[in-house]
Amino acid sequence: MSEKEKEPLFSKKNKKLITDPLSENNPVTVQVLGICSTLAITVSIEQAVVMSLSVLVVVALGNVVVSALRNLIPDRIRIIVQLVAAASLVIIVNEVLKAFMPDMAEKLSVFVGLIITNCILMGRYEAFAMANKPWPSFLDGIGNSLGYGWILIVVSFFRELFGAGKLAGFEIFGNSIDKTGLYAYGYMNNNFIILAPFALFCVAIVIWIQRSVNKNLIEH
Amino acid sequence: MVDYINIALKGIFVENMIFAYFLGMCSYLAVSKTVKTATGLGAAVIFVLGVTVPLNWLLENYVLMEGALSWLGPEFETVDLGFLSFIMYIAVVAAFTQLVEMLVEKFMPALYGALGIFLPLIAVNCSILGGALFMQERQYSTVGEATVFAFSSGIGWFIAIIAIAAIREKIKYSHVPAPLKGLGITFIITGLMGIAFMSFSGISL
Repeated sequence: MSEKEKEPLFSKKNKKLITDPLSENNPVTVQVLGICSTLAITVSIEQAVVMSLSVLVVVALGNVVVSALRNLIPDRIRIIVQLVAAASLVIIVNEVLKAFMPDMAEKLSVFVGLIITNCILMGRYEAFAMANKPWPSFLDGIGNSLGYGWILIVVSFFRELFGAGKLAGFEIFGNSIDKTGLYAYGYMNNNFIILAPFALFCVAIVIWIQRSVNKNLIEH
Repeated sequence: MVDYINIALKGIFVENMIFAYFLGMCSYLAVSKTVKTATGLGAAVIFVLGVTVPLNWLLENYVLMEGALSWLGPEFETVDLGFLSFIMYIAVVAAFTQLVEMLVEKFMPALYGALGIFLPLIAVNCSILGGALFMQERQYSTVGEATVFAFSSGIGWFIAIIAIAAIREKIKYSHVPAPLKGLGITFIITGLMGIAFMSFSGISL
């Protein structure tokens, strides 16, 4: 072994790998990756959390696998290899969900399978893992899926709260059928918010706020 | 025949890949800056969907489903390879796009120039795998139905991306608030179009 200078596990550079995707280089609002699932499964917080965790597992471990194999993968068929790595991990996640959270697996339906083509995966495998060592790739995977996760949770927070009057299943505004709590005063759930187009508006508002704060991100 | 027309109308309008399910959003947002490129990508999506979904249908019904392997002999009747479906589908999609890319490059260089980078991109377009997964979930009974479903979903996607590209070409000249420029306003327009497309959802076929 040569006396290469060893990088500490959480050096400044590595920390940046986690913090960058949270805001400046967010996979959803800046890199425009993984939009499909952001819009489709953000009806309730629970779904959003489960989805983010599944993506976290697949991206982080997939990044490690792809990065470990990066010198062995022929360039011409790299997309297939990356997809197979992703698909194997997604199958594991899907089987685990089906076994331990059957209700949730039912609700997420095809979207668990669609993690395979969630562009965050391919984007990170292709852009980062193919050119970096396993440990930074792992951190990069964690960072990006956290960046994806917080957008999911913010969007689902508003959609569940104003669409169904609930948060993670708890009735915040009272029961809409028995007319308790706020509903007794004539408050009504906005059913439109449950529908998919509102998710688009919600993400657009997040983008709007983020870009108003950080002017560097504005497109011209 | 009426069945086929129903499936087709459903695929194009009622269950539009973009506006009802938001599948293939990434490339939809990334490649919709001009109508010309959008046309290229849209055509490629129709083609790849139209071929891979029937292929996956055959795979599902003769290899993966429970009892699908019974043509091999009675002892295979209880074999259920359903858990392999994701990996098989994506392998078919990825292999097919790679194959198409090579063939088009070799025999139709003009078309290759036009589609170019979009062909490999399609392997990771969620609408392709989504098409296969919906096909599995809805259990179309013949390969014909699956093919019609595939082509109509592709056409629905094509219409959606052309529409947004045309709007984006025009919106360049409008005074959109600076932080909303580009991505933000595209999201909002897509949302509005999604609401418009919801009017089809009342149609029962």
